[in-house]
Amino acid sequence: MLHFADLLQYSDVFFSGLLTTVELTVLTTILGIAVGTSCASIRQYGNKTSQRVVSIYVELIRNTPFIVQLFFIFFGLPALGVRLSPWEASMIALTINLGAYSTEIIRAGLASISKGQIEAAKVLGLTFRQTLTRVIFIPAFEKIYPALVSQCIIVMLGSAVISQISVEDLTYAANLVQSRNFRAFESYLVTAALYLGLSILLRFAFNSIGKRLFVYREAP
Amino acid sequence: MIEFSNYDILRNLLFATQWTILLSLAAFIGGSSVALTLTALRLTRNKVVHSLIRGYVELFQGTPLLMQMFLCFFGLSMLGYEISAWGAAILSLTFFTSAFLVEIWRGCIDTLPKGQWEASRCLGMSFLQILRYIILPQAIRVAVAPTVGFSVQVIKGTALASVIGFVELTKVGTMLNNATFEPFKVFTLVAIIYFLLCYPLSLYSKVLEKKFNGSR
Repeated sequence: MLHFADLLQYSDVFFSGLLTTVELTVLTTILGIAVGTSCASIRQYGNKTSQRVVSIYVELIRNTPFIVQLFFIFFGLPALGVRLSPWEASMIALTINLGAYSTEIIRAGLASISKGQIEAAKVLGLTFRQTLTRVIFIPAFEKIYPALVSQCIIVMLGSAVISQISVEDLTYAANLVQSRNFRAFESYLVTAALYLGLSILLRFAFNSIGKRLFVYREAP
Repeated sequence: MIEFSNYDILRNLLFATQWTILLSLAAFIGGSSVALTLTALRLTRNKVVHSLIRGYVELFQGTPLLMQMFLCFFGLSMLGYEISAWGAAILSLTFFTSAFLVEIWRGCIDTLPKGQWEASRCLGMSFLQILRYIILPQAIRVAVAPTVGFSVQVIKGTALASVIGFVELTKVGTMLNNATFEPFKVFTLVAIIYFLLCYPLSLYSKVLEKKFNGSR
C-alpha cells in the first residue's frame, strides 16, 4: 500500500529542503537568543519606559500565531515600502518570534540571580565583565537552559510554515514531491520523520553545548 | 469587482473568528479528553504503557503541527479515508493538544511528593481513594494555570488549519488580502483579533499562577 521507493529519486529535493531548514534554524536560534538576552536584560535592569516597550513586544508576539506574523511581515510590510525576499521575511519573523519567547525565559533566569550574589561579586573585586558573565549570565542561563532548548526546537518545528511563502524548506520539498508523484502520505511521513530526527539531533547538540558552557561547576 | 469597505473586511473577519473559536474549543475538548485518558493510563505504572505514552508525546511534540495536518488531510485521503478539512484540523489539533497536555499534567502529578502516595497507602486507602482525596485536589490546583496558558497555543495552532483550506480567521485574512490588495490593514486586523482572543487567557493564566503559588 505504501510505496516509499517512489521517493528515492527525490532524495536530493528532500536534502536541499532539510539543509534550508537547518540553516534557518541555526541562524535564527543565534539571532533570536541574542534578541531575547538583550530584551530580558532590559526587562530586568532597564528603566520603566524601556521595560514597558519590551513587554508590549513580548505580549504581542506571544499572543498571535506565527503564520500571521509571517504574513504580516511578508505581505504587509511591502505596503509600507519595505520589500523583503521570502527568505529574509522568514528569517526576520522567526527571529522576532524566538526573541519574544526567549525574553520571557531568560528573564526568569535573570530574576533568579539574587542581588546579594551580585554584591558579593563586587566585594570580592570581580570586574564588571566578570560579574556579568560568571555571576549573572552563565548561572542564569544554566537555570533556564532546558526551557530555552525546548523553545528553540518549537521554533524550528514552527518554521514549517515558511513553506507557505515559498521558502524552499523541508515542508516545501514535501509538497513539491507529493505534487509530482501523488504519494502524499509517504512524502509527509518521511518529512515528519526527518523533522523528528532533526529535533532529536538539535536537543542532543544543545545538550553537548550546555555541557561545555556550564562546566565551571566541576572545577574544585 | 466588489468593493470592500472597512466595515465589510471587519465583518468578514469577525464571522471567521467564530470558526477559529469553534475549532479551538473542539481541539481543546478533544485534546484534553485524550490527555486525560493517557494520564489515567500512566498512573497504572505499567512500564510498557509508560514508554508508549512517552513515544506518543515525543512523536507529536517532535514533528511540526503543519506536517501532522498534512498527514491527516492529504495523507489519509490518499490512503482512501475521505476526511474534510474540518475533520483533519480537529484530528491533528487533538493529537497536538493531547501530547502537550499529557506532559504538563504529568509534571503536575510528579511535583507532589512521593511520600503522600506511601502515606495514603499506609493509612489503608485504595488507589481510587488516594486519587480522589489526596492527589487530584492538589494536582488540579497546580495544573489549572499551565493548562489555561496552553489553551493560547491551541488557539494559535488553529491558524495552521488555513493551510489545508479550512476557512477560519487566517484563511479569511488571506482571502480578503487577495480581494482588496490591502495586506497591511487586513493582517493587522487579523493579528488584533487573535491578540484579543489570546491575551485575556494569557493574563488569566498569570493571575492563576500567582494565586496558587501564593497559597502554597
